[in-house]
Amino acid sequence: MAGRFIEVENLGKQYETSVPGTPPALQSVTLAIEQGEFVAVMGPSGSGKSTFMNIVGLLDAPTDGAYRLNGEDVAGFSTDELAHVRNRVFGFVFQGFNLLKRITAAENVALPMVYSGTAGAERRRRAQELLDKMGLGAYGSAMPNRLSGGQQQRVAIARALANRPQLILADEPTGNLDTQTSEDIMGLFTELNRETGVTILLVTHENDIARYANRLIRFKDGRVVHDGAVVHEGAA
Amino acid sequence: MNVGSILREAARSLGANKLRTGLTMLGMVIGVAAVVLMLAVGTGAQNQVNRAVSSMGSNLLVILSGSTSAGTLRMGSGNAPTLTTGDAEAIARLPTVQAVAPTFPGGAQVAYGINNWGTQVLGVTPEYTSVRDWPVEAGDAISETDIRSATRVALLGATVVEKLFDTEDPVGKTIRIRGQPFQVLGILKKKGQSLDGRDQDDSILVPITTAQSKLFGNRFPGTVRFMFVQAVSQSATSAAEHDITLLLRQRHRIQPDADDDFTVRNLTQVAEAASQTARILSLMLGAIGSISLVVGGIGIMNIMLVSVTERTREIGIRMAIGARQRDVLLQFLLEALMICIVGGLIGIAFGVAGAYAVGKAMQIEVAFSASVMLIAFAVSAATGIFFGFWPARRAASLRPVEALRYE
Ligand SMILES: Nc1ncnc2c1ncn2[C@@H]1O[C@H](COP(=O)(O)OP(=O)(O)OP(=O)(O)O)[C@@H](O)[C@H]1O
Ligand SMILES: [Mg+2]
Repeated sequence: MAGRFIEVENLGKQYETSVPGTPPALQSVTLAIEQGEFVAVMGPSGSGKSTFMNIVGLLDAPTDGAYRLNGEDVAGFSTDELAHVRNRVFGFVFQGFNLLKRITAAENVALPMVYSGTAGAERRRRAQELLDKMGLGAYGSAMPNRLSGGQQQRVAIARALANRPQLILADEPTGNLDTQTSEDIMGLFTELNRETGVTILLVTHENDIARYANRLIRFKDGRVVHDGAVVHEGAA
Repeated sequence: MNVGSILREAARSLGANKLRTGLTMLGMVIGVAAVVLMLAVGTGAQNQVNRAVSSMGSNLLVILSGSTSAGTLRMGSGNAPTLTTGDAEAIARLPTVQAVAPTFPGGAQVAYGINNWGTQVLGVTPEYTSVRDWPVEAGDAISETDIRSATRVALLGATVVEKLFDTEDPVGKTIRIRGQPFQVLGILKKKGQSLDGRDQDDSILVPITTAQSKLFGNRFPGTVRFMFVQAVSQSATSAAEHDITLLLRQRHRIQPDADDDFTVRNLTQVAEAASQTARILSLMLGAIGSISLVVGGIGIMNIMLVSVTERTREIGIRMAIGARQRDVLLQFLLEALMICIVGGLIGIAFGVAGAYAVGKAMQIEVAFSASVMLIAFAVSAATGIFFGFWPARRAASLRPVEALRYE
């Protein structure tokens, strides 16, 4: 039985390295995300958004509760299975881009396909296709540090899309970008979500950015305090 | 994912980090080259000395005319001719003595056809070639008859043959020594350098009687300048030294409180001292090489550790986009291996080339040993692989989020 796409139950995270006596970074988070949703995650600084994203993205493990992916408890996954899911099912976009700085933009985009065993020629073709789609067709051979922040983030998005993921996890993808560039990037996400049906989970501090989503989860002190439709408060 | 693309990934990573790759390789090259070079020179020196030592002949003592104060050994420096052929015969009868080779040397100009050469001529007895372990390679040896009749015959050293004869076979030809005709009896086997660096093949052997009476007009008939004495065994050399001293003092009627009028030198001890010196030299060079190896290793270690942060984050990124632990480990292992193999080979090449250059410039022998190269290579490679691979192993065992956050 194939369960729901993403389902977390009583999820909790207490960092071992945290100051003794501090409350857990995440506690009793219970929610589910379906295929095709575009979810914005908001909340004050330190409320646990990144912690939540990292656990959902299988970059980190919870200390409490259960996380089921398509009905399967990820606690039982081997490190190889976790790597496989990150490679094929998920795509990450980070605030700090996290591109490998010593290889070209195209090589960065192709990297997930190296680990999925895609042949070299197909990797190059697909990387070019994705860069074209991001409007960066001419920048394939550029080193990341020769690109603007917006261009780097688009390279990172192209990389996240390389293996046609079902879920894109974006932790403040526009945090380092100006308003115009942020809107371009959000336009891209919206388009991807509409056209390919890819699920998007996106952390942001800005209401203007959250507006692009169709569901909003709000964290406070490690708990979910709001989960529902995007409230267009303050919008004129 | 296959090993091929991991290999390409490793190569790409090395190419993308030219400075790090270059510096790590430099550490490898310095360490390996220094060890190979130093030990090649050290072993070469040791070989050279060992060959000179074994070319002396075994269990040898040398007895010089006249008393020389303890110190340097200078053959043929006996100025007052106190030793006689009679002494030699008496010494030969000692139970600790195997054979005696009395020698009467002199310098002479020799000629064959238009070729001319100044060399050392040694008047010797038939025992000489066996005592000095210096066989006749072609032709005949000097015989007792030659001694008795003081015939004009000669055995030529390899260098003399080379200087006097072009392509002809010298055996049976007549050469001129100090203008007198000598028939070439035979040719001596090539012997190489002596301990003090002289070319031993640059000499001619003639019957001692011929040297005494015909070549070097002797004011004191029957005297010899020095003699080689071969003891019956290595352990008998000291006893022989003692016996000879007693015998000669008695024969020369030396009063108990008077000094010897001869000098006995135990060449076994000289040889041992020389070998010992060569061994120490070799060890010291080896130590210098090892220090360079350690310095190179520290260089490798530093570069590897300095790049840990960058590499840990890189590993975090790779794992976040789907690299498995073993993909990451294999890549880093291959990177370390490639650096070490290339660096090690360059190091060996530099070491060998450097040793040849040093050998040529300083006119010394160099000798290479595969095991030395292998050990130097292995030590450097182990350093490189350990410090390249171990941080990677740690990073790959972290959760991706921890590797990404690493500072
Ligand atoms: N590696 C860690 N070790 C210890 N404590 C941590 C670690 N990472 C986060 N925390 C703590 O967990 C809590 C939640 O942090 P988290 O990074 O998830 O917040 P956030 O909502 O993403 O904040 P921001 O909006 O500033 O990015 C914070 O109190 C933080 O101090
Ligand atoms: Mg955060």
